[in-house]
Amino acid sequence: MVLTAREIWTALHGMVFGAAYLLAFTAGLVGLYSLRESWVTGKGIAERIMRLKWTTGIMSILSFLTVFSGTYIVYPWYRAPAPEGADLLEYPRNFLLADPNLSGWHTFGMEWKEHIAWFSPILTVAVLYLIFRYGPMLAQDKYKNLRWMIVVLFLLSFATAGVAGLFGALITKAAPIL
Amino acid sequence: MNAQTKSIPSGPAAAAMISAGIGGLTIGILTTGAVLSEALKNALVLYTPAGPLSGKTTFGIAAWLLSWLILNALWKNKDLNLRSAFTWTLVLLGLGLLLTFPPIFEAFEA
Repeated sequence: MVLTAREIWTALHGMVFGAAYLLAFTAGLVGLYSLRESWVTGKGIAERIMRLKWTTGIMSILSFLTVFSGTYIVYPWYRAPAPEGADLLEYPRNFLLADPNLSGWHTFGMEWKEHIAWFSPILTVAVLYLIFRYGPMLAQDKYKNLRWMIVVLFLLSFATAGVAGLFGALITKAAPIL
Repeated sequence: MNAQTKSIPSGPAAAAMISAGIGGLTIGILTTGAVLSEALKNALVLYTPAGPLSGKTTFGIAAWLLSWLILNALWKNKDLNLRSAFTWTLVLLGLGLLLTFPPIFEAFEA
C-alpha cells in the first residue's frame, strides 16, 4: 500500500484538517448551548469558556489549513488542463467534464464547494473573537441574544464546511487526484 | 451571579458579525463578477495554478479583515442594536451564499 504525495495532501486536506474541524464542531456547539448561568456554576462557566476558546481556536486554525491546502495545493492538481492525448484519469476536472453523466460533479459540485468553503473560516474566526471578547458574560441572561447569534454563526460555519466536505468526498470518489 | 458582571459595549460584536457578512458578500460578488466579466476573471488570477479562485478568496479575506478593522475602530465604545446588526449580517451572508451558488452565477453566463 503506497500513497502518492498528491494522495497524502488530499487526505490531509479532507480527512485530517477538514474532518477534525467537523468533529470539533459538536464539542463547541454543546459548550455554547449549555453556557447559561442558571445551569452552570461560576467555576463551570470559567471552565466552559476556556474549553470554548481552545475548541474554536483550534477550529479556526483547522479551517484555514483546510481552505489554504485545498485552494493552493490540491485544487491546482484538480484543475490542471490535460495535454493532448493524456490519460484523463490524471486530470480530474477534464475527466469529469468529458462525461455528461459526471460533468455535474464539476459544474455544480466543485464550483459550489470551492467558493462556499471560504465562508467557514471567516465565520469560525468571528465566533472565536466573540467568545474571547465577551467571555463569561455570554452566560448571563443579559447576553442571551448574543449567545444565540454566536450559535447561529457557528452553525453556518459548520454548514458551509459540511457542504464543502461532502462534495469534496463525493468528487474525490468520482475522480480521485492520483 | 456566577458570571463576571462587567459590561462590554455591543459595538465590537456588531463589527465582528457585519464584517464577516462583508467578507462573504465580497466572495459572492467576485464569483458572479468573474462570470460576467472576462477582464475581472483574468485580474483575479493571483496564483495561476489556482486560477481566479485565488483572487476571489484573497480579496474576500482582505475585505473581511479591513472592514472589521474599520468597523471595530468606529464602534468599539458604542452600544448598537445587535438584532439589527445580526439581521444585516445574515442578509450579507445570504447574498454572498446566493452569488456563490452555481445555478445563480451560471445564469449570468453569456
